[in-house]
Amino acid sequence: MAGKTLYDKLWNSHLVQQRNDGSALIYIDLQLLHEVTSPQAFEGLRLAGRKPWRTSASLATPDHNVPTTAEERKSGVNGIEDPVSKIQVTTLDENCDEFGITEFNMMDVRQGIVHVVGPEQGATLPGMTVVCGDSHTSTHGAFGALAHGIGTSEVEHVLATQCLVAKKMRNMLVRVDGQLSPWVTAKDVVLAIIGKIGTAGGTGFAIEFGGEAIQSLSMEGRMTVCNMAIEAGARVGLIAVDDTTIDYVKGRPYAPKPEQWDMAVESWKELVSDDDAEFDEVVVLQAKDIKPQVTWGTSPEMVIPVDDFIPKPEDQQDPVQREGYARAWKYMGLEGKEKLSDITLDKVFIGSCTNSRIEDLRAAADVVKGRKVANTIKEAIVVPGSGLVKAQAEDEGLDKIFTEAGLQWREPGCSMCLAMNADKLGAGEHCASTSNRNFEGRQGFGGRTHLVSPAMAAAAAIAGHFIDVNELVKH
Amino acid sequence: MRPFTVHTGVAAPLDLANVDTDMIIPKQFLKSIKRTGFGKNLFDELRYEDEGQPDQDCEGRPLREDFVLNQTRYQGTSVLLARNNFGCGSSREHAPWALDDYGIRAVIAPSFADIFFNNCFKNGLLPIVLDEEEVDELFKAVESTEGYELTVDLDAQIVKTPEGKEYSFLVDSFRKHCLLNGLDDIGLTLQEADSIKAYEEKRIQQAPWLFAERTL
Ligand code: SF4
Repeated sequence: MAGKTLYDKLWNSHLVQQRNDGSALIYIDLQLLHEVTSPQAFEGLRLAGRKPWRTSASLATPDHNVPTTAEERKSGVNGIEDPVSKIQVTTLDENCDEFGITEFNMMDVRQGIVHVVGPEQGATLPGMTVVCGDSHTSTHGAFGALAHGIGTSEVEHVLATQCLVAKKMRNMLVRVDGQLSPWVTAKDVVLAIIGKIGTAGGTGFAIEFGGEAIQSLSMEGRMTVCNMAIEAGARVGLIAVDDTTIDYVKGRPYAPKPEQWDMAVESWKELVSDDDAEFDEVVVLQAKDIKPQVTWGTSPEMVIPVDDFIPKPEDQQDPVQREGYARAWKYMGLEGKEKLSDITLDKVFIGSCTNSRIEDLRAAADVVKGRKVANTIKEAIVVPGSGLVKAQAEDEGLDKIFTEAGLQWREPGCSMCLAMNADKLGAGEHCASTSNRNFEGRQGFGGRTHLVSPAMAAAAAIAGHFIDVNELVKH
Repeated sequence: MRPFTVHTGVAAPLDLANVDTDMIIPKQFLKSIKRTGFGKNLFDELRYEDEGQPDQDCEGRPLREDFVLNQTRYQGTSVLLARNNFGCGSSREHAPWALDDYGIRAVIAPSFADIFFNNCFKNGLLPIVLDEEEVDELFKAVESTEGYELTVDLDAQIVKTPEGKEYSFLVDSFRKHCLLNGLDDIGLTLQEADSIKAYEEKRIQQAPWLFAERTL
């Protein structure tokens, strides 16, 4: 019999009951909650007179709607200007109070984007199942955890039963062999993967990322890769546990207590795919071929190396692709442009659950240090992923580097990733963004998003247009 | 979910075909963070003279006298008689939420829109399909007698009039089981509570750190 994949192992260890129709009940170890997708779930519990199955399996923090300017943040939830946002954040506070769920509220230094906060606190652990009413929950797979996004009715189901009704996915291995070139980061790797397999390439699969280039990434980098598994269509992204994982978890507030630590580490070492495990599909990339990536269109798969020519609709053989490209060209205003460097940028956003961790901020700071943001850039903002990331960055003096270069230093939250708060693009504005979705209107009505790594966003802020960061700074 | 077994209540005739979900609950009320509280805006445009706003106090709003549920004799209605294709239009689950919040427990019509029909079962509301002639008879009976009550017996699958006349209806056996026992998806999973507990007991031995309290 063939060996087991990491996904098989995680699935098996959480299987409560296999049903005849192919669905199964799987046990959920951690549910992360935020203000947008939880209110009706709590309301459902209340209406049915139900209690959460196990409150200690949940952790909550507001992130999507919270303002990120220090001024609007001063008085906590009461200071939120937008009434709908305020109601959602208040409702989360009240629900967590009523049901006894641990919450890092807006005034807590530990508040931040759920996918930054969970790992940072050691709430996300190897071998767990993690869910959240947010598709980027795949992030937590970086720890060798089975993690995926769910809908509001499922949020309620997990609260009430600690289980999820799920169907087993198929196994895909994406291997990146060899070593990455200077300034080629986790973001470039995952964008290159999406460029290769497409936004539907991973549909129905749990993708395990492996190979030398993935193994040599830090935990921050691994989270960036798994975060965007969903942009390749896969609800689950996974990376095997190794010393990097264990070192990261050690000493975090919610990590196993010292007396359980050795037992935990022992069991985590099993969280790798067996040598003879069989994957339904295997995709291989060579690390040396990956260059800094920039998306040119309105889907993450519309991505190219920074110095390539932008692909033209008329050169596409497939009629559907040709039409899709033509629509993207029009929306992105690419007429008369040949290369990404021909686009004049209006805004720069460094943040989001993809790239707002300390390593991301350090990389961006390295690039802008001692330089100035181009005067054609209307606004460049840096939004740390959590209060603790912000504090650490300030300890290291990164905030000064950013503000001296002309970037704004903000309070933690999702911010311009989805423009639910005041941080938005205007119609027609081009933005170099470290977030994960470049869909039409995602960062504001008519806004034009280009996805890049933090270093590439920083380089773009300085140049006023896209350039290979290697041209600006030696690694 | 609240179980549905036998229900007796005042019936009201809504003599209108193709009642869509936007009529049941207009779109301006969908921004709410709740599933309750939609009852006061049920049939908002048919029911009030003015245009309803979210979060508005509906007490003083001018009522349309011609609307059936505004008439004194139909106060406290819990069984709604309706015409063909009830619940068509958008898939909003707010429609059954609004009916339920108002106090409607069953809707009787010759036909229903699909998604609405499904959504009803998820929310403890019973949609009953009877023949067009049967529905017509019920309309006449309800209109001619003030305070006319109907009894709906789900287990027996019959609608009974005060005179003792019975109309039988069909219902999918799985849905019937869920509704009789008040089982929604969560209810069904909770029937496996013992398996879940057994899993937890085994798991806590293997990985006790997963069950640690996570305090602030
Ligand atoms: S940062 Fe963006 S993608 Fe991530 S959780 Fe927030 S809104 Fe979703």
